[in-house]
Formats: sequence, structure tokens, C-alpha cells
Amino acid sequence: MIEMMYREALRRALDEEMQRDPRVFLMGETIAERGGSYKVTEGLWHKYGPGRVIDTPIAEASFTGMAVGAALVGCRPVIEILFIDFAMLAMDQIVNQAAKYDFISGGQGTVPMVLRTQGGAGNGLAAQHSQSLEALFYHIPGLKVVMPSTPHDAYGLLKAAIRDDHPVVFIEHKLLYMTKGPVPEEETVIPLGRADVKRSGTDVSLVTYSHMTLKCLEAAALLESEGIQAEVVDLRTLAPLDKDTLLRSARKTGRVIIVHEAVKRGGIGGDIAAMLMEEAYDDLDGPVLRIAGRNTPIPYNLNIEKACIPSVEDIVEGVLRMG
Amino acid sequence: MQPPPAAGEWPRPPEPILLGVYRNIYATRRFELKCIELYRQGLIRGYLHPYIGQEAVAAGACAALNPADYIVSTHRGHGHCISKGADLKLMMAEIMGRATGYCRGHGGSMHISDKRVNNLGANGIVGAGIPIATGAGMGIKVRGTDQVVVVFFSDGASNNGVFAESLNLAGIYRLPVIYLLENNHYAVSTPIECATGCCDLAGRGPAYGVPGICVDGNDALAVYRETAGAVARARRGQGPTLIEAKTYRHGGHHVNDPGLYMDPAILADWKARDPMAGMRRAIGDDSRAAAIEAQVDAELEAAVAFAAASPEPAVEEFLAGIEDG
Repeated sequence: MIEMMYREALRRALDEEMQRDPRVFLMGETIAERGGSYKVTEGLWHKYGPGRVIDTPIAEASFTGMAVGAALVGCRPVIEILFIDFAMLAMDQIVNQAAKYDFISGGQGTVPMVLRTQGGAGNGLAAQHSQSLEALFYHIPGLKVVMPSTPHDAYGLLKAAIRDDHPVVFIEHKLLYMTKGPVPEEETVIPLGRADVKRSGTDVSLVTYSHMTLKCLEAAALLESEGIQAEVVDLRTLAPLDKDTLLRSARKTGRVIIVHEAVKRGGIGGDIAAMLMEEAYDDLDGPVLRIAGRNTPIPYNLNIEKACIPSVEDIVEGVLRMG
Repeated sequence: MQPPPAAGEWPRPPEPILLGVYRNIYATRRFELKCIELYRQGLIRGYLHPYIGQEAVAAGACAALNPADYIVSTHRGHGHCISKGADLKLMMAEIMGRATGYCRGHGGSMHISDKRVNNLGANGIVGAGIPIATGAGMGIKVRGTDQVVVVFFSDGASNNGVFAESLNLAGIYRLPVIYLLENNHYAVSTPIECATGCCDLAGRGPAYGVPGICVDGNDALAVYRETAGAVARARRGQGPTLIEAKTYRHGGHHVNDPGLYMDPAILADWKARDPMAGMRRAIGDDSRAAAIEAQVDAELEAAVAFAAASPEPAVEEFLAGIEDG
């Protein structure tokens, strides 16, 4: 294992896949010589040249559409949309084009593209640069949605996303880029659609993903001192959803809390809760709960921004209240 | 903007091109008339946007392409599909919603694609094909082949944001893409003069460093020549071209739109310059034209018979293929 930062792990995945497959190329805003605003693509322009690491103007709708077109003619484009908020400009190409082509063409063509982007609050970036919009993509048949929480997962899942024959929305979190963790020295691909039990427990399942995984692990450590063994299930991939791991954990602990940063209304949590009710009702010892973002745009002021997002204390309290 | 060359300046294209262009115009016209008839009989559902009146644009442009070149089409896409070399049987089966169609009945009229001849497909979203074609151009560049892309779109699409973005992008990277703007003067029912303050839409090209050319879209050979020139430039690495082909729908936006908002006198003028009659005259040999017509008529009859005899997609099989959740 080697210690590396989340952004370094992403870069390693891009580098290895570009090395392995000449059809892989990168497009996005300021990703080339400057290496990207979050420094994920740093050095790749120097290594692979301007033909494969391509700066675009601020034209999200069209460069996303370009990824669709390039994928249709046999390339494997990886585009970077600087903030998930900006992906709203490209929704036609994501929802109506990339997600649909395989289906409406009757299987004549697939769209092997990866849309890398990042979301989440915590840096005082206010309402248009802090959202957690994964549920919009999760809702669309034809899209895969990946949200890694650790450098190891970021590395292995990005490689799998690039190798996937279908469009993948790969959502990073802006607070994770500088986090460090162990990554295998040998090449590793983590298949999409498999959750990871980040901590094993017997009393309650905390089902989560992305940055909230870190908070759930912190909460689980605190709960241990209260004598409660919390299991932390990191979904890693929202679509396809690893129902087997979810159901196994729910049946084991009998208690489930879903924790996400995105607003509660219409979120992933509601969908998972309904699924658990439909498929594991008899194994549950109580209602499935959700701890999620407040139903508000993200404010600028750091104190009120913090109040919108579940904290470690919120998670601990939520578990204790379950009784 | 580059002025169009004067009449007579170009050599007459070789005979196979002339006959092929007429075949595609005639086939499209007959195909569309048959579709309208089948629609009235309830055998075609949903939306149907006839290409009648605009056939010379697709036929002329596609005649300048190799089979390996790509096209990207629109909701009014039957003519593009036929001119790129579609099998009428598979087209008709798709439009009639049959399992044997190009898209197994998943797509219908607005979504036909044909991988075999690199037709990347029609699109139900106006303008959406423009960035896709731009990306196909980028993909060609990354792969390093000498293919080109022709993307068909309308005056309506040219007022959508992705048109401006894509022209700019193609200008930056010198992509091998021909932007073929079919100005049929109406976006659904909105006349072009109500939708833009500019006269020649080709003039938008030079604003992005992309040559802009106006051509008579009812003159298939003029479209062929301009497209061939743009294709040659693209293959030489000289980048994209915007071609505005001025043309006119012979009817409303779709099969159930009588087009009452269209000025009858103007429509009559355009019909008098019918692209099919014009191309038939250009061949100058009635017997050869008639032979083509007989062949297409037989092909179309076989296509309708094939589609009508084809099964619809099996519901159980379809549902079984859907992932849970």
C-alpha cells in the first residue's frame, strides 16, 4: 500500500488508463497545462500532449455533447465539469443523449464516456457551487453514478468507470481531494455496483457514501464508547445500487439510518428506505431513518452552511434516539 | 462569407453521382408520401416530420461522402437516413414500431440510427446533434483517421446555444465537421424573420473563424459541390465549414400540421422549384430516371410488406431485459 491523496489517486487512474488505452482522452476547463482547478489532471498535459488533454472554453452543454459524439465514434472520453452545479447546463446531453443512445438505437451503439465532476458544501462557496445533485442522475435509467469516499475507491472506481461501456457520472467531493489514504501499489480495478462495508458492526447500519462516509466512521467510533457497534456501509456506486450488501447489513443489524449530504427531499435515502421496506420489512426492528441535508440552498456564511449539512453529532444523536 | 461560384463554373458531376442523387431524392419523396399514407391508416404512430421539399439537401450532401464518413441527423431525418444508404425495409419497420427495425422498435421515426453506414442517428431534441457531431469530429482527430462528419440541423437549431458553442469549439480545434444548416424558413411554425435579426445564417460562421457558405438547397448538385469542397478542406486538416442551404418545407411541421401559417404564394414559388423535378431535368434522360423510379417503387413496396409482416417487440422479452430498480 502507498499513502496518497484522493486527487493523486484520481490522477493515477487517469494516467494508467490513458497509458493503457489510446482511445481515452480528457476534456474540460483549465485541465490541460494548468492541471485543473483541483489539480487532478496535473502533469497529464505534459505527458500526453494537447491532443489528449484538451482545454475547452466555458461551454458545458457542447463539450459534454462532444463526449457523446466522440464515444460514438470509438473513443473513451473523460470530461471534467468543474462543479456539479455547472452540469445543469449540460443536462440535455447527459439525460436525453448519453443516457438514451444505447436504448433508442436498439443497441447499435453505446456511449462509453465518463463525466467527472465534484459537489458538496463546506468551503463557503454558496448556493451555486456547493450542491449535492446526485439524485438527479440517479433517477435517470441509462446512467451509472459513482461517488467514492477514499483515495483507494477513487482510484479503482475511476478505472472501472473509464472501462465501462456506458455513461458514468463520477462525482467527487471538494472536501476529499486533500484527504489521504492507502492505495494498493499494484494496479486495481474496483467493479462498479459494489458497496463496501467500511466498518463492521451488529447494532445499526449507517448507509452512506462520499464525504459522509468519513463522518459516519467518526460517529461509529464515538458510538463504540457508548457500547454501540455501528456498521458503516459505503455505497460507492449509487447506480447500479448494491442491494445485496444493503439487505445483508439491514438483516444483520435490524436498524438502518441512511446518511447523505444532499437534501432529504427526493434524495437517495428515501429511495433506499422504500426499497428496504419492500424487501426487508420483516427483518427490521424499527423504521428506516434518514439523516440528510436540510431543504435549503446552501448559504454562504460558514456557520449557517454547517447547519445545513449532517454533522458527526447529528449522526451519533440519530443513532442514540433510535433506542 | 465566400460567395457561391457562378453557374456553369463547375464541371458536371460524374454520371453515378447524378443518378445516385436522383435515386435518393425520389426514394425520400416516395418514402415520405408512403409514411403519411400509413400514418393516416394508423399504422404509424407518434410524430412524423416529413422531409418533402428539402430532399436535395440530404441527397446532395451525402453524395459528397464516403461510406466511412459520419452523419448526424434531426427529427426530420428520413432523407438523411436514406441518402446515407439506409435499408428501406429496416427504416420502415422501425417507423412502424416493429422488432425488425433499425432500433428494434425502441426508437421510431425521430431516433433512427444506422451503424452500418455510420449514421449516428436522428434526434428528438432540436440542436442536440450539433455538439454530438462536433465530438465525433474530435473523436476522428484523436483516432487520426481522415473521416469527416456532416451534421444536418435547421434554422431553428441555429438559434439554440449549442450551435454557437459548437461552432466556436470546432473553430478552435479545426475539426473535420461540416455544419449543414437547412434553412427551411420555419422553426415549427415560427418564421425565420421572427426568430433572428440576421439574413444569411451562414454569416454566423466567420464570427467563429469558420467559413460560411450560402447555397440553394433545392439544387442538389449545388449542395453536392459545396459539400464536396468543404469535405476536401476538412480532409486536408483545414477544419470545419458552415453551409446554409436555403430550402422550404412543402407542408407543416409534422403530419398533423396543415401549415396554415405558411404564405400560399411563397409556398407555390418554392414548389415550382421542386428539388425532385429539378434533379430529374438535370439527368436529362427520361428512361434512366424512369428505371430508377421503378426500382425504388419496388423497393418501397417490399419495405412496407416486410414491415407489415414483421412482429412487434415482445412485451415479456422487453420487460425481462430491464434491470431491477
